[in-house]
Amino acid sequence: MARAMHSFDIIVIGGGHAGVEAAAVAARMGARVALVSFDLDAIGAMSCNPAIGGLGKGHLVREVDAFDGLIARAADAAAIHYRMLNRSKGSAVQGPRVQADRKLFKAAIQAMLRAQGDLTLVEGEASALRQDGGRVAGIDLADGTALAASAVVLCTGTFLGGTLFRGEERMTGGRIGEASAQVLAAQLREAALPMARLKTGTPPRLDGRSIDWARLAEQPSDAEPWCMSAMVTARTNPQVFCAITRTNAASHDVIRANLHRSPLFSGAIGAQGPRYCPSIEDKIHRFADRDGHQVFLEPEGLDTHLVYPNGISTSLPADVQLAMLRTMDGLERVEMAVPGYAVEYDHIDPRALRPSLEVREIAGLYCAGQINGTTGYEEAAAQGLIAGMHAAAQVLGRAPAPLDRANSYMAVMADDLTLHGVSEPYRMLTARAEYRLRLRANNASTRLTPLAVAAGCVGPGRRAWMARRETARAALDDALAHEVSGTELAATGLPVRGDGARLPLREWLRFGGVELDGLSPWIAPEALADRWLAEEAAEDAAYAPYLARQDSELRELRASEALPLGDAFPYGEIPGLSREMVERLARARPATLAAAGRVAGITPAALAALLVHARRLAA
Amino acid sequence: MIDTIFALSSGAPPAALGVIRISGPRAQAALRQLAGRLPQPRRAALTELRDAQGEVLDQALALWLPGPGTATGEDVVELHCHGGRAVIAAVEAALAAIPELRRATPGEFTRRAFINGRIDLAEAEGLADLLSAETELQRRSAMALAGGAVSRTIEAWRERVLSASAAVEAVLDFADEDDIAVLPADFAARLADLREEIGEWLERPRAEALREGFRVVLAGPPNAGKSTLFNALVESEAAITAPLAGTTRDVLTRPVAIAGVPFLFADTAGLRDDTGGDTIEAIGVERARGELDRADLVLWLGGEGEGPERAWEIAAQIDRPGHADKVAPRHRVSAVTGEGLNALRDDLVRTAAAALPRPGEAALNARQHRLLGDAAVALAQAELAKDPLLVAENLRLVRVAFDALLGRTTTEDMLDALFGRFCIGK
Repeated sequence: MARAMHSFDIIVIGGGHAGVEAAAVAARMGARVALVSFDLDAIGAMSCNPAIGGLGKGHLVREVDAFDGLIARAADAAAIHYRMLNRSKGSAVQGPRVQADRKLFKAAIQAMLRAQGDLTLVEGEASALRQDGGRVAGIDLADGTALAASAVVLCTGTFLGGTLFRGEERMTGGRIGEASAQVLAAQLREAALPMARLKTGTPPRLDGRSIDWARLAEQPSDAEPWCMSAMVTARTNPQVFCAITRTNAASHDVIRANLHRSPLFSGAIGAQGPRYCPSIEDKIHRFADRDGHQVFLEPEGLDTHLVYPNGISTSLPADVQLAMLRTMDGLERVEMAVPGYAVEYDHIDPRALRPSLEVREIAGLYCAGQINGTTGYEEAAAQGLIAGMHAAAQVLGRAPAPLDRANSYMAVMADDLTLHGVSEPYRMLTARAEYRLRLRANNASTRLTPLAVAAGCVGPGRRAWMARRETARAALDDALAHEVSGTELAATGLPVRGDGARLPLREWLRFGGVELDGLSPWIAPEALADRWLAEEAAEDAAYAPYLARQDSELRELRASEALPLGDAFPYGEIPGLSREMVERLARARPATLAAAGRVAGITPAALAALLVHARRLAA
Repeated sequence: MIDTIFALSSGAPPAALGVIRISGPRAQAALRQLAGRLPQPRRAALTELRDAQGEVLDQALALWLPGPGTATGEDVVELHCHGGRAVIAAVEAALAAIPELRRATPGEFTRRAFINGRIDLAEAEGLADLLSAETELQRRSAMALAGGAVSRTIEAWRERVLSASAAVEAVLDFADEDDIAVLPADFAARLADLREEIGEWLERPRAEALREGFRVVLAGPPNAGKSTLFNALVESEAAITAPLAGTTRDVLTRPVAIAGVPFLFADTAGLRDDTGGDTIEAIGVERARGELDRADLVLWLGGEGEGPERAWEIAAQIDRPGHADKVAPRHRVSAVTGEGLNALRDDLVRTAAAALPRPGEAALNARQHRLLGDAAVALAQAELAKDPLLVAENLRLVRVAFDALLGRTTTEDMLDALFGRFCIGK
């Protein structure tokens, strides 16, 4: 029996990266939100590596930031090392990444949540979902409190039925030292949601005082003063350096001699782990010809000695881990603070979700983060934003921002997850985005903030900033439309043919050797005042021919995105659709014809049949 | 409910045998009704076919082929009847009388096979060509296409592009991994090899040339003997049917097979610059010039050296006393006496056969040609691009082209190639 009934619009369960973004965006949109967590002090914890961003992931961080989300600002508040990955390559694949001090990150997240109106933090264990006629009506807490809400967002991470493995040891729980939401997991299983099991792993944590740093190659923080969030203009913390060591023949011998003690190889863990982030024992087993693997030594914070050795996630027994570590350069006398472990956990088959991340069978229930089979803080944050925005839009009767594969990595991820499901923990890669030339980490504000503003996801501070920025961008656009002749350019020493042909400045930027700086005689200095904006404009110009070519592809895509198939689409009754096609489509239940085209194994012929039938149904 | 279709799928009667094929959900019911029983699946059974009145129509071999493992992917019945016109007509009439059965429209069996995933697009296109193939050369080329020669080749190319894409994506997405920070040394060379192979295919004669025939245009001033020669060339041969046959006031075309090689002969209106204000004739001359532009070969019957470039100089009407002879004609002919005609025909066959796809060699149609052309251009740009991102984008365009040829999607395949080959991940 419920002791009391508190009422909200939206309840978010879980205070990880997905949960905080879901709660915050819903509150920014004006919904009354409760964020429920076992332990309010753990909200915003970074449970694995002490870094935010990276290739593909950095794009997600910037996109969440473009919606006025928290992760980028918290990352800047906590950053102790900035590194732009792929600096030498095209900016569309550059990945901003920071090392973040765990304490500072958590503190920044909690401060932002406390400052957010319409947001109540509730400490407690969610024990059951309340339902009313196939619709979510709220939750019960373990202490008997009932919370009513029109929508619930589940962001419970690996807490769902998680088991830890380290050598021969077994523990229940998501992270070391925390209980796992076994009751809720059982309830979801009863609800007949399709579930599957995945594994992930973490490396041991080292005591930095026992590392011989002097022997190792240093990696300093980037000198160029970029930040994660568009709203942050300066770095606040002292910057530290990382170091690189590598495994060697001796480390590999230690691992090989103990493979039988790894739960991965003894058969104790059957679930699929990520191919792009294999454990060190996997790497050595699968790529036996390699004589060493890089290990990045990343400090976990300013006032801690803990160091995260990136690249050697492992579930070997603790004694083997230590022996392996001590074979490496600089780690000869290393001490291990916490040994690494593997986690096997349940996740929901995300094909049971709509692209909004709402569970198809239970209206009003949304799932975001690792519970959907993804890995990574950034992936979780982006899903939290999508789920929170859609939940709030549904409750408030508003339109969510229209996200699609051509405007955001977030939509690429939601589309991949809900159409294809996962066979390994899903991680963002730039390779997943067909239109990545237009989806750059540095143009996320331009791409998304206007959509986010229209959907009501953006607070007043960023709205004002964006308005100023749009004015500046328009001025820069005008400046770049100015036409000059090759003769004029050549006269200033630029490497172009000095003939009389006049072209807009933006087109000259496509010529090798012509950079924005070289065009300064024709552009008013005010137009170039914002260097990030200027860089973005220069890149737009450089990629313009490719973007134009993609436009026709996109027109086709958006035309077929406009043809809805719907949940109840009768695949089985469509003439000429093979049994195999019916099976694949019924499982993925694509929302539109375009989505059907992305379901693996669907032939153009099947699409033609769908098109004909969908048109007939619509007629 | 989808219709069940039937059609005579062997050649036009009379013939020794006539094979009637039935495809669709009612195929089994149709066979029961005509034969009174259902034979074992995939076993030929001798049956008596009867109409609704119990009248025996024929003794036929019946095959019951349950779907989806059939040519169309649906339930299929084949009736191997005697090939007389009356027998075939009677069986077809009996089938048409069964509810939900109807005659197939042209290409409908192929379309169903394609829609049900039994054949890919390239094979479907080959089958379509095969169905309209009337000459031996057309048939053998269509067979090569339908047999999957083009698909297999593109499939192999696609594998190579996937592997190249995987190498670029590894550089882009896993830059921190020490051993895959740069592209392999032979990367551009591998792309160039592939581009050259595609180029060889692009240079081959196109499938349309086979379907439409080698286009020979007879041209020259009025009364140069064009029509007489035209008639001599086409009338001695069995005219083959094609939608292209037909006359306009000014250009007469006729498809003909000579020694198994398809030709399309065109007789043009006399070419004169001065049309004396006759508008209708002026239009005719305009058309004739268009015909010359599209010709694979022009037989020039006018004044020596006055014809279009690369035209064959023909001295015609050599039987006529006082004909205007040429100094160095390629052929001297008389359509009336037949003199020189065989030599001209042999020359035409040799020339056309060399210009058309070789027997058994798969030829590309216009759509395939365009897509492969796109792929070749994108490959060339990928070779030149310095920015690995643009290399990747161009390879993506190559994959888009191949996928359009085969009907596949590739992002996941590319990731599989990526993860299978490289040790990545920290």
